[in-house]
Amino acid sequence: MSFLELRGLTKRYDSVVAVHEFHLDVERGEFVSLLGPSGCGKTTMLQMVAGFVAPTAGSIRLDGRDITQMKPSRRGLGIVFQSYALFPHMTVADNVGFGLQMRGVSRADRRQRVEETLALVHLQQFAQRYPRELSGGQRQRVALARALVIKPPVLLLDEPLGALDAKLRHDMQIELRALQHHIGVTTIMVTHDQEEAMTLSDRVVLMNQGRIEQIGRPYEMYEQPNGRFASTFLGKANLFQGQREGAAAPVRVGSVALPAGDGATGEVDYVVRPEKLRFVAAADALVHGTVEARAFLGNYWLFQVATDLGNVQVTLPNTGLPDVNEGDAVGLAWSPQHARVLAHGSGGSAS
Amino acid sequence: MSTAARGAPYWLSSPAALVMLALVAVPLLLTLSLSFYEFDPAKGVKETFTWANYLSVLTDEYYHEIFLRSAWLALLTTLICIVIGVPEAYVLSQLPQRWRAVFIVIVLGPMLISVVVRTLGWAVLLGSEGVINNGLRALGMIDAPVRMMFTFGGVLVALVHVLVPFMVLAVWTSLQKLDPATEHAAESLGASRATVLWRIVLPQVIPGILSGGLIVFALAASAFATPSIMGGRRLKVVPTTAYDEFLSALNWPLGAAIAVLLLVAVLAITLGINRLVERRFRQVFQ
Repeated sequence: MSFLELRGLTKRYDSVVAVHEFHLDVERGEFVSLLGPSGCGKTTMLQMVAGFVAPTAGSIRLDGRDITQMKPSRRGLGIVFQSYALFPHMTVADNVGFGLQMRGVSRADRRQRVEETLALVHLQQFAQRYPRELSGGQRQRVALARALVIKPPVLLLDEPLGALDAKLRHDMQIELRALQHHIGVTTIMVTHDQEEAMTLSDRVVLMNQGRIEQIGRPYEMYEQPNGRFASTFLGKANLFQGQREGAAAPVRVGSVALPAGDGATGEVDYVVRPEKLRFVAAADALVHGTVEARAFLGNYWLFQVATDLGNVQVTLPNTGLPDVNEGDAVGLAWSPQHARVLAHGSGGSAS
Repeated sequence: MSTAARGAPYWLSSPAALVMLALVAVPLLLTLSLSFYEFDPAKGVKETFTWANYLSVLTDEYYHEIFLRSAWLALLTTLICIVIGVPEAYVLSQLPQRWRAVFIVIVLGPMLISVVVRTLGWAVLLGSEGVINNGLRALGMIDAPVRMMFTFGGVLVALVHVLVPFMVLAVWTSLQKLDPATEHAAESLGASRATVLWRIVLPQVIPGILSGGLIVFALAASAFATPSIMGGRRLKVVPTTAYDEFLSALNWPLGAAIAVLLLVAVLAITLGINRLVERRFRQVFQ
């Protein structure tokens, strides 16, 4: 039996299905991300676990207890809201101490635990400030401290870093990850940022249009997407539609035959990540093309190559100025084991 | 920016400034100067400087009682408006979108009707031959009519009815700025609904309660139509007293002195409370 069990959770608003039969088992101490585009139902999902939205069907069990009908105030979960939702009229210390006060913790204990928790997020010296006097990153930490101080069985994070700028966001991701490991609190995070989901989570639940597309560890999911949506939402992907006659046969995309390992047959999607592609001599090439654009993105170079397959994206790590220029005729190759062959339109909803 | 462009805000706002000056500042100054004129019952107003009008108001217990009554009336009206208006505004803000518009119209609708008409409505209800008294008598619950007209309570009820929409509007504006997630946050931390309202929602709408309270207090203290219809000559308040001095006793300087004292008192009280509340709840005022 898992620590948190979500069984067939469904939410319908009139005729609109926001979440459809969501099944998920979360183990104690695990960090799970709900990842998906806006409107995929991930926030509704979180709201149901928090208790702010009543599910149309399904059940939620926490540590063996059914909490589906329980009021949010009784669930005892720690929640970090997207807007942080700090109480503007209370000091940082009072914000953090609020949950303890509601639990009838004595003033002295409260002070101590607030101090400890603020130390955890490096905000000791800001205890007497008001939220308005803090920066975005500091507010985020206060929200985190306020959720953690009650020692919740589960921590729910709703786009916790969404309002921060890119640099701060990166730092907070690393810090959040370290903090979660340190405390060992079971965590569910909602995000639309695939990089954030991969950085932080033990497992990623990829959602689209109210349904789960794929559940897996970040590396597995990146390397083995189960469909069109998973391969394009999680990282970049080159995706070609083609036919394959048998498991041993190559995939035919127009006039080109592409080698492949195991995979689907019939109408298929052929998926290969841009970083798996190499520039090779014409004789060794699987496809030929012309470099249309080259862009420098800091840690890597991005090339767009026009080929018989259509436009293909290639990325190279930035180990120096590449010798491939715009307008060059190039050959492209990759190892067949890096290509995925998926039944066309597989993985839930095809788009 | 050229000199002409920099001057633009000033001459563009000058028509409005002139209108304000002509319609507000000048009459106020005239009233102020009038309050220092001497009054002779035989000869009328004499243009000689005197403090006599102020002295007679400040030393006469008759006027003390009237000023105290007005103060009480304004204070109680404000408190009742807070007690009714704040929950009303909160309930409004919790309604689903399409119902909200309907109910806001219902709440604010009475403001489209003249104060006099609304107050006369109360007179019809509360009179000794009014709807309530006749109803109670028909039910055999009373023998003689209960006096509700020309009482403090009657004036209070009518004033609250007239002024409560101002409170609802002011608090409503404050509620618009409140992040609903703060309520959820408090709930998730274990707060009951009542605690959420008392400790999270109420402190955040203090600015709305303050501005609504100041509007209601000032309007109640200076209300004329409602107290004169509901209270009549038997229950005088400051504005009706000033009116009587002007039009019945024809003692314009004394009426002016009463009006000036009322203005100064209302200004002093509202500014004082404003500062007090803003200092006490500094954090919720941006």
